[in-house]
Amino acid sequence: MTPVLELDGITKRFGALTANEDVSLSLGQGEILALLGENGAGKTTLMNILFGHYTADAGEVRVFGAPLPPGRPRAAIEAGVGMVHQHFTLAGNLTVLENVVIGAEPLSRLMSATGPARRRLRELSERFGLAVDPDARVGDLSVGERQRVEILKALYREARILILDEPTAVLARPEAERLFQTLRGMTAEGLSLIFISHKLHEVMAASDRVVVLRRGRVAAERRTAETSAPELAELMVGRRVARPVREAQPPGAPVCIASAVTVTEGGRDLLDEADFTVHAGEILGIVGVAGNGQATLGRLLSGLARPARGRITLGTDDLGRMTPSDCVAAGVGRIPEDRHAEGVVGEMTVWENATLERLSSPAFSRRGFVRRAAARAYAADLIRRFDIRGAEPDTRARLLSGGNMQKLILGRNLAQGPRLILANQPTRGLDEGAVAAVHAELLAARGAGAAVLLISEDLDEVLGLADRIQAIVKGRLSRPIPAEQADARRIGLMMAGAWDEAERSAAEATA
Amino acid sequence: MRLERRPQPSLAMAVAAPFAAVLASLALCAGLIAMAGVNPLEAYAEMLRGAFGSRLSITETLARATPLILTGLAATVAFRARLWNIGGEGQFYVGALAAAWLGSEALAGLPPALGILGVMIAGMIAGALLLLVPAFLRVRFGVDEVVTTLLANFIVMLFVGMMVEGPLKDPLAFGWPQSVPVANELMLPKLIERTRLHVGLLIALAVAGLVWLMLARTVFGARARAAGLSAGAAEFAGVPLARTLLGVALISGALAGLAGAIEVAGVKGYVTTDLSPGYGYSGIVVAMLAGLQPLGVAVAAVFVAVVFVGADAMSRALGAPTFIADVIVAVSLLTMLVALLFATYRVRK
Repeated sequence: MTPVLELDGITKRFGALTANEDVSLSLGQGEILALLGENGAGKTTLMNILFGHYTADAGEVRVFGAPLPPGRPRAAIEAGVGMVHQHFTLAGNLTVLENVVIGAEPLSRLMSATGPARRRLRELSERFGLAVDPDARVGDLSVGERQRVEILKALYREARILILDEPTAVLARPEAERLFQTLRGMTAEGLSLIFISHKLHEVMAASDRVVVLRRGRVAAERRTAETSAPELAELMVGRRVARPVREAQPPGAPVCIASAVTVTEGGRDLLDEADFTVHAGEILGIVGVAGNGQATLGRLLSGLARPARGRITLGTDDLGRMTPSDCVAAGVGRIPEDRHAEGVVGEMTVWENATLERLSSPAFSRRGFVRRAAARAYAADLIRRFDIRGAEPDTRARLLSGGNMQKLILGRNLAQGPRLILANQPTRGLDEGAVAAVHAELLAARGAGAAVLLISEDLDEVLGLADRIQAIVKGRLSRPIPAEQADARRIGLMMAGAWDEAERSAAEATA
Repeated sequence: MRLERRPQPSLAMAVAAPFAAVLASLALCAGLIAMAGVNPLEAYAEMLRGAFGSRLSITETLARATPLILTGLAATVAFRARLWNIGGEGQFYVGALAAAWLGSEALAGLPPALGILGVMIAGMIAGALLLLVPAFLRVRFGVDEVVTTLLANFIVMLFVGMMVEGPLKDPLAFGWPQSVPVANELMLPKLIERTRLHVGLLIALAVAGLVWLMLARTVFGARARAAGLSAGAAEFAGVPLARTLLGVALISGALAGLAGAIEVAGVKGYVTTDLSPGYGYSGIVVAMLAGLQPLGVAVAAVFVAVVFVGADAMSRALGAPTFIADVIVAVSLLTMLVALLFATYRVRK
């Protein structure tokens, strides 16, 4: 097999940090290569070098045998390399067609030649099974559709080699599975693919070959058929990691009860007559495809959204009327969906972030002045208790890795012994080691008697942690099922909204 | 070539940035001075001499710096919370007008210390109320405060013109368009006799310390900073965004209004439409040069005052036009923005 793409001895340093050291790999014609590694292992840097965003300190990139001039993205595009970024590079106010065409046609022309462009786009989308309406505004599309547009954009530029950076980070599993089918179809059309991931199961499911990066070096290379998920996990982390296991525990009294809660925003019912009950010492998992009302549910429990109808209570209090500070005071621990946008103020210090929620409490302020020594000591305590690495009380929060930032958020919530914990996508984008740590903390809180509402798109996470599971579809919640009766197939049906069918299939299974 | 974010912004860089910006601004403006037919080096030397050359010129520079410290602080407080108050000039004038109005008669009977305090407070209330309106429109309806505060300046200027020609016109001013004067006993005492330097400078410096204390040490300050740095995270953490921004607006407007009151009660005694040579706008430059640090504001205010006072001297001695001062100050805002870019990011090939 002739390699269509070779990286040869790539080294890249950022100051004292070595992001890549002597990395070599090759991609064969029609192959799907997975680049596996934890966050910070150097995957994205490597691909940015390949694509010309960064210039390597040493090493060479060859595409179809010809060396690529470093530092020129346009050269990479012309050589037939396309990149689909983790954070999409699309203009939300333009249509699909405009997004695809932009930059691919000469600036000197006054009018876009939309006729031929539209025909080509349609042709490509049929050939590769990437259905999308060319005239839809990108801002109105779902995340999965936007990703298709990104891929089409690369294909439109005649990419023969496609690099996908964490393509499933924003997708729910059914969408992800569909994506991988599409990718498989693309290799049949002669394309070669590299996808970057830190998720073992999708690497196992979708790739032909795996290159494992650890601390900027190639730790191993395996044919997918000849390896296993545990082996890859060990290669990736450098040691054995196992997610903690939930142990059976009888639930206590109900802590949070929602009955027929409807939340309306912008004239739409984002949460539609939702019913759920979370008990003390129980984890209730809410699983669903992205964009089905999880964000609204999270906002409701964080004190940021008010029910239009229905009632949600915390003990005897009306949770629906609480502000975020009321929630904190009432013992609701809140882990927001987006840690960068809502969880921490990146430019503030760790101690400020640790105490911002309860700054007006006597523990951290007196007569309007912040008790800085007390706040710093509290932060130092959190850093120790929750093993927040790379942090001092005075470190800026922005400098923490995703996992350590999440531990800071967890810590400031759990340290108070909350009654109710809202964990909204608590491990999104975290590496395997951090996932295990977050899971352990959530289970420990459950063991200590907290009621946990876990909202997640990660099926494995929900199956591993939750005592009971409800699916969320278009703002509506299914009836809960006990974790013992849950399997991937039944939950898949629930997530698709086929609740009756899911119950039938469960009944058949027991019959 | 691309920009990469520096992992940890260095203190040295933050301190060096404004100095580099000022030097760059002076270098750029040298070309303009040369076009006016004057040797730039000679011009700058003349400016320095004009600003620091004698005891009198030093006091004059510090007197000019006094309102700039306060308008600079007004911009600093607002910008830290991402409330883009461009209306310092208008708040300065309503503060000045309120000070002259109440200081001429209503407060004149009080004991001087109390009366002076009353004049200051009047100016602060006027400035605060003026900024409260755009701030309310922003938090309630999402109206862009850059537009509303900027345009309010023009309305205020016309209002001042109307007042000094009409209801507040001084009948003893031989028909000149100027307001009734602040009563003599309510004028701020001089720091040095027979100069224009008055205790307003000490007030401004004390206020700078208070603003620092407020931003760096209080719960309100932490909330205001959080709201400015990340509104989403601040709201999630329970910071009452609307209330915090309105509080910031009250403080920022009050500081600019205080600048106006102090300028009236410290230097001129009455309001005219040319009371301020752009103190409100220059306050924005001062705040930016100071890196939005309250204590740095005092230093940056002196720099801008040096340029203003020095340019007058340079103009007298060499004949180059005085508006070079405005150009230098304006260009230093632009160079400061560029300097901030390089302090935050580094260039990589």
